[in-house]
Parts: sequence; structure tokens; C-alpha cells
Amino acid sequence: MTDVTHSIEEEDFGPSPREILKKSILAHRSLLLGFGAIVIIVLAALLAPVLAPHDPYLQDLSIRFTPPVWQDGGSWEHILGTDHLGRDYLSRLLYGARISLTIGIGAVLISGTIGTTLGVCAGYFGGRVDMVVNYLITVRLSMPVVLVALAIVAIFGGSLNIVIMVLGFLLWDRFAVVMRSSTMQVRNMDYVQSAQAVGCSTLRIVLTEIMPNIMNNLIVVATLEMAHAILLEAGLSFLGLGVQPPLPSWGLMVAEGKEMLFFEPWLIMIPGAALFILILSINLMGDGVRDVTAPAGKN
Amino acid sequence: MLIYSLKRLLLAILVAITVSFISFSLLFLAGDPAIAMAGEGATDQDIENIRQLYGFDKPVLVQYFDWLLRAIGGNLGESFYFKTPVVHLIAEHMPVTMTLGAMGITFALSLAVPLGVLAAIRPNSIIDRIALLISVSGQALPSFWFALVLVVIFTVTLGWLPASGSDTWLHFLMPTVVLSYYAAPAFMRLTRAGMLDVLGSDYIRTARAKGLTTKSVFLKHALRNAIIPVVSLAAVQFGFMLGGSVIVESIFALNGAGSLAWESIGRNDFPTVQGLILVFALIYIVLTFLADVLNAWLDPKIRIG
Repeated sequence: MTDVTHSIEEEDFGPSPREILKKSILAHRSLLLGFGAIVIIVLAALLAPVLAPHDPYLQDLSIRFTPPVWQDGGSWEHILGTDHLGRDYLSRLLYGARISLTIGIGAVLISGTIGTTLGVCAGYFGGRVDMVVNYLITVRLSMPVVLVALAIVAIFGGSLNIVIMVLGFLLWDRFAVVMRSSTMQVRNMDYVQSAQAVGCSTLRIVLTEIMPNIMNNLIVVATLEMAHAILLEAGLSFLGLGVQPPLPSWGLMVAEGKEMLFFEPWLIMIPGAALFILILSINLMGDGVRDVTAPAGKN
Repeated sequence: MLIYSLKRLLLAILVAITVSFISFSLLFLAGDPAIAMAGEGATDQDIENIRQLYGFDKPVLVQYFDWLLRAIGGNLGESFYFKTPVVHLIAEHMPVTMTLGAMGITFALSLAVPLGVLAAIRPNSIIDRIALLISVSGQALPSFWFALVLVVIFTVTLGWLPASGSDTWLHFLMPTVVLSYYAAPAFMRLTRAGMLDVLGSDYIRTARAKGLTTKSVFLKHALRNAIIPVVSLAAVQFGFMLGGSVIVESIFALNGAGSLAWESIGRNDFPTVQGLILVFALIYIVLTFLADVLNAWLDPKIRIG
């Protein structure tokens, strides 16, 4: 008997799934790049009170429009310069990262819950439930997102919480679509049928058999939708119907810099570039997770 | 085919009714419409008169059906701000937005389809990688920021293009690019995936074995089949572009439906906002319905499944 177990342990099964995953993650350069950039941005946001050289809300009109350090007239006192009210741009940028990340995470928590619930129900039960969910998705897709979001924010007033709620209730469609098709693929697997035969409750099957197997797709959609929510918030704030001043939302910073577009273009370049890098990193990470977790050969 | 189309039509009508109800309820979320219509300095008697005149004192459902019947008859109410029929306002502003949308779709397709085909012919080649790079960075660009960067480059620095207005075709150049770059990556990925899929099929091998030229195999046999899903995506994207025109039109001061929407929101002119949401949604619903029926006609598998 001991011999048998011994021989099984010794036999070479090749690398374990975990090792394969580790290897493919380490080999995926854009995934590592995106992940690294996000870690830096999250740290910068969390440590904003420590890192920021100045109070992001402190106005000083005597030093307004100080250019960043690499331009003529710039100084190390305000590395990225100051805005139209003389507030330190670097400090505002750091605090702005907090707003973007809060919006992204908050909106995805709401939209992910709605979309996953609808999608899993549609995929698991099929039939009438599927028809209803399909109809809800079609209704949601036919509403012009930007316009509806603008109108609702205009009615309820712009604040961080309202923007998170509006985006959360508008952006669940991709979750529903992807979770629906993933659940459909999993629900006919043998292990789901065994669980049904054993008499597990539906809730238990969904939580312990289905969810773990569609988790990777959920993570991919969540990252991509987080990027989507952050972009939309910036757009709403840019139009003046999102996060309200004096909060340093990056979209709002671009809007404030727009007035000086012809004279001080760096005012829009800096927050815009920050937004671009954040979204790019999130998307690279999302695409990377999809590549790494997809079954071999699928592209 | 007929049964599929009828089923699909039923869904479209149901969705249209739901959307109409949602945009109708927007007016009530916005507060008492009678007070808004009466304007500042109105007496309670004025407000009461308006309430009775427009039927705001009736139950909400009754009001909805009245409104729906009028909407079907082409009457979307009167703008709070302009005091003219909303339908006229929308008809006045729609051509600019439609032109912009059509140019945007054309531009996105003419950029994305060739790139997608080239990327599929040689997967993992330099062209494929460049196409991937464009699509990944394109989807990370905030459109309002991209628009301003273009203005800085082409208006402020080079002085080539006008930054606002809609008088000549030059005015449409930057807005078109801004509106379309976000849709291009999706077209490109779909074209590439479709081409790769088709190129692996038997009839392509047959075509090649017959000794047809590579060009003919790619363009006549492969692309024709790979392009089908792209057509239906184009319908979806056109609808999204109309909605996205809010940001683009407000930046470039184009006098279209998008900037009308933005300005109306700022003026609390909710009948106009309501009408615009409804019209945008209806255009989307009609387009996706047509695309689905077209797809089912081209691909019998969809009809049965």
C-alpha cells in the first residue's frame, strides 16, 4: 500500500494548474505592467495626505497659473504648477485619484451586483426568466447613457454618492450579458447535475458550483467596467454635471483648465494624461486576466 | 424567418413602450412640472391654471397614456424654454447629429476594417501588434480630453482646423475623429476575429485549392462572411454615437441634438430632454431591430436558435 502512494507522488504529472497560472502571469508583460501601474496609483491615492506637498483646497491667487517645473517660470515648490485659483496641481492630482478609484469601485459594486444577479438567474433558469432578463438588457442598452446620467444628476444634484449610484444603476448590462452566457456554459456540466441529483438547494449550487467557475469572467468584466465608470464620471464632471467643485475630480480639472486652453495647455494635459494612464492600466490588467485565465488555445 | 421577425418586432415594441415610460417619468422626477412651466414670479392661481390646462392634476397613469397617444401622433409637448413644439426643435437639430454620426461610423469602419483584415492575415505580426496597440490605447482615451488635445494641436499650434461651429466640412473633421475613435477598436477586433474564424474554414481551403488568388480568397470569400457581425455592430455603435454626441457637440459648439440636450438639461427644459431621450432610444431600437432581421436573413442559424 505504501508503495502505491509513493509511486503516485513520484510520478510526474507535469506542473500543477497553479504553477501554470503563475508562469503565464509572469510571462504576460502587459498584465504585469497594468497591475504595477495600478498598485502605484492606489498607493498614491491612499497615501495622498502624506505625499501631497500642499493642501489641495488651499487657494492663493497671487501664485495662480504657476507653470510646472519643466517650463519657464516653474519651481520645485509646485512641481506640477498651480491652477486658476493658485491651488497646488500635484496635490489635487493625488486627491483626484481617490475620487476616480472611489467612483470606479463603488459603481462596479452596485452594477456588478445587479448585473451578476440578473445574468446568473437568466443563465441558470433559462426560459421565461431568461426572456425577462433579455428584455431588461435591451431596454437598458437602448437608453442613451450619457444623456440619462446627465439628466438624473441634474435633477438630484451632483455629489459623489449620486454619481456612484447613477453609474451603478446604468452600467450593469455587460455584467448581465457575460454572466448569463458563462452560467449557461457551466450549468450543464456534470458537477452541477450531480449537485442537483444530491439535492443541493439552488442557492447552494449557484454559490458553490457556479460562481467559482465563472469568477474569472466576473473579474474581467469588473475591471473593464470600472474603467468605463471612471471614464463616464470624468465626462460627466467635465460637463459640469458630475462631481462638483471644489473636489479635485480629474474630469473637473480638465474642464477648469479648458478656459485657459490657448495659453496654458498643460492645465488639461496633466489630469487628462493621469486619466489615460489609469484607464489604460485597468484595461491592460483586465485583458491580461482574460488571456491568462482563458483555456489554452482560446484567444 | 417571418416568425423570427415578428417575435423580434414584438420585443422592439415592448422595449419602446418601456423606454417611453422611463423618459415620461423623468418629468416627474424633476419636480412639479406646473411650477416649472409657470416660470418665476407666477402666482398660485397661474400654477393651478397650468396644472388643469395640461392635465397635471390627473392620475399619473392617465397622464402617461395621454402623453403616449400624443407622442405617437408626433406631439412631444412644448419646450419650457423656447415655448415651441419639442418635435420642431428636435427636427431642427437632428441633421447635424445624424451627419456627425454617419461620418463617424464611416470613418471608424474605413479605419478599422482594413486594419482588422491585415491583422487577421498575419496574426502576431507587427501589423497585428500595432492594431492591438491602437485599440488598447484608443479605449483608454477620455473623449472630451482627446477633443481638447486635438484642438491644442490643430487649432492652437498648427492653425489648420476651426475649433467650433458647423459651417464647412472642415468643422466636422475633428468632431468626427473624436466621435469615432472609441468605436473603431470594437470593429477592428470583430473583423479580426471574424476573419480568423472564416479563414480556418473548409470552403476557404477549397477556394485556395482551386487555385484562386490570395486577394480573391480574402476579399471575395472571407471578408464577405466575416463582415456580417460587423454590420450589426455598426447599428449598435451608431446608436451609441448619437448618445455620445452630447460631449463632442458641446466641445466643438456644433448646433446638433447633443448640444441641445446638454443645454436643455442646464435650463431645466425637461420636455425637450424627455423628447431627445425618447428619439435617441427609438433610433437605437429601430436600427438594432433592422440589423437583427438582416442578420437572421443572412445567417439561418440565428432564426432557429
